[in-house]
Amino acid sequence: MTYAIYSAVKTSATSATSSTSSTSAPFATSAALLCCLLVASGAQAAESRASPSARYVSLPGGAFTSTLKYEDTGSSVRLPRFSLMSLPVTNADFLAFVAQHPQWQRDSVASVFAETRYLSHWASATRLGPQALPSQPVVWVSWFAANAYCQAQGAKLPSWSQWEYAAAADEKRVDARSDPAWRERILAWYATSSKHALPSVGMQPANAYGLRDLHGLVWEWTDDFSALLVSGDNRDQGDPDRLKFCGAGALAIADRGNYAVLMRVALLSSLDGADATANLGFRCAR
Amino acid sequence: MRASRFTLSLVLATTLAAQAAPSALPRDSIYQLDAALTDQSGRRLTLASARGHPQLVVMFYTSCSFICPTILDTVQDLDRKLTPAERQHFGVLLISLDPQRDTPGALKATADKRSLDLTRWTLAQPQPADVRAIAGVLGVRYRVLDDGELNHTGVLVLLDADGRVVARSSKTSGQVDPQFLTRTRALLARQ
Repeated sequence: MTYAIYSAVKTSATSATSSTSSTSAPFATSAALLCCLLVASGAQAAESRASPSARYVSLPGGAFTSTLKYEDTGSSVRLPRFSLMSLPVTNADFLAFVAQHPQWQRDSVASVFAETRYLSHWASATRLGPQALPSQPVVWVSWFAANAYCQAQGAKLPSWSQWEYAAAADEKRVDARSDPAWRERILAWYATSSKHALPSVGMQPANAYGLRDLHGLVWEWTDDFSALLVSGDNRDQGDPDRLKFCGAGALAIADRGNYAVLMRVALLSSLDGADATANLGFRCAR
Repeated sequence: MRASRFTLSLVLATTLAAQAAPSALPRDSIYQLDAALTDQSGRRLTLASARGHPQLVVMFYTSCSFICPTILDTVQDLDRKLTPAERQHFGVLLISLDPQRDTPGALKATADKRSLDLTRWTLAQPQPADVRAIAGVLGVRYRVLDDGELNHTGVLVLLDADGRVVARSSKTSGQVDPQFLTRTRALLARQ
């Protein structure tokens, strides 16, 4: 799995290096470090406080320009009003879920829904233990498990477009994406080694919508992660500019300077629904 | 007497329970996904309805003009290359990626147009909310386009009698991959 992720990102890195030499250096660094970011997660933090609980924040939606470019619609996306959880789902939240839904406990879950590393950092199927503090975002969760959690809440995982729209904001602006400082800050997080324990959710300032931790904490599943592109094809066809999706309706990157988004897409598109990683969590939308 | 009647009813209850609950599905069976389907005749079924014999599962949609026709060509090519004896145990489940438009009527029209043997072939409309999860267990990627068309990967998934993946093929250009045919034959030979 790690190889697949690295390859997908590496492909993107190659394309970035060839065309935009001035900005490719930090990206290449981040791509190299992404390996560690996705593999290691030791949680030794002594911090222990009650898990903060997420609320749903309403977002106005409307016209949005995606960093991605779809062959059918270009980059313009129209989103109806929706709500998103203000924080990623925590270990405490997910523990409560598996207590109510034992089929999602790690020793009972069907292997078609979750790989062997699913919740492997918990002390047991029903106990968090020292490697998984209640207030940390839950990671090592598969798409199927995340999807089931949201469904149990009467919600669903956000679409890629919903996530991208919400995550375009910084503390003051609803769309900060053209600001080099915003991009730098996200890339700095990508380049951080994840040998350190994951921080708790809610420690970062809220963005303009009142949402926290969309950047700088964990990667997040989206409902349509498997709609983004086919990384295998992307690698095999030797044409990294054009992220083919079975030959028609290809997906391309409209703003290739926006590595922050590009790397998310590279990661999500390389995953299968049963996969889990040390830095991949989720939040729900409705 | 009371004790023996109790024993008798206990035995009866146990027998009934054993009949009601089929043996547990393997954890790596895609039949673990509890997805309700409606077939081309309007009958309700689930992914696991074919449990007990091998089947091939493929996702497609009827109004697709790009890769779906060649996907179906490939499945029909595979079916034709089997012997009549092999074919007896071989079921094909075609699941639509486009449940809004692929009603039982639309599915039946496709089955008729291609003269599919509906004693062994099933064309199914899933619940809209289940499509992404069904695609997930089968390893199919897709995106709904603005005009209602879909882009999707073409995959043939061969399942054993318990719904475990035996072989997959993404060669869907009209002719079945010879290796996939060999794997299918080997599975059917064990029936």
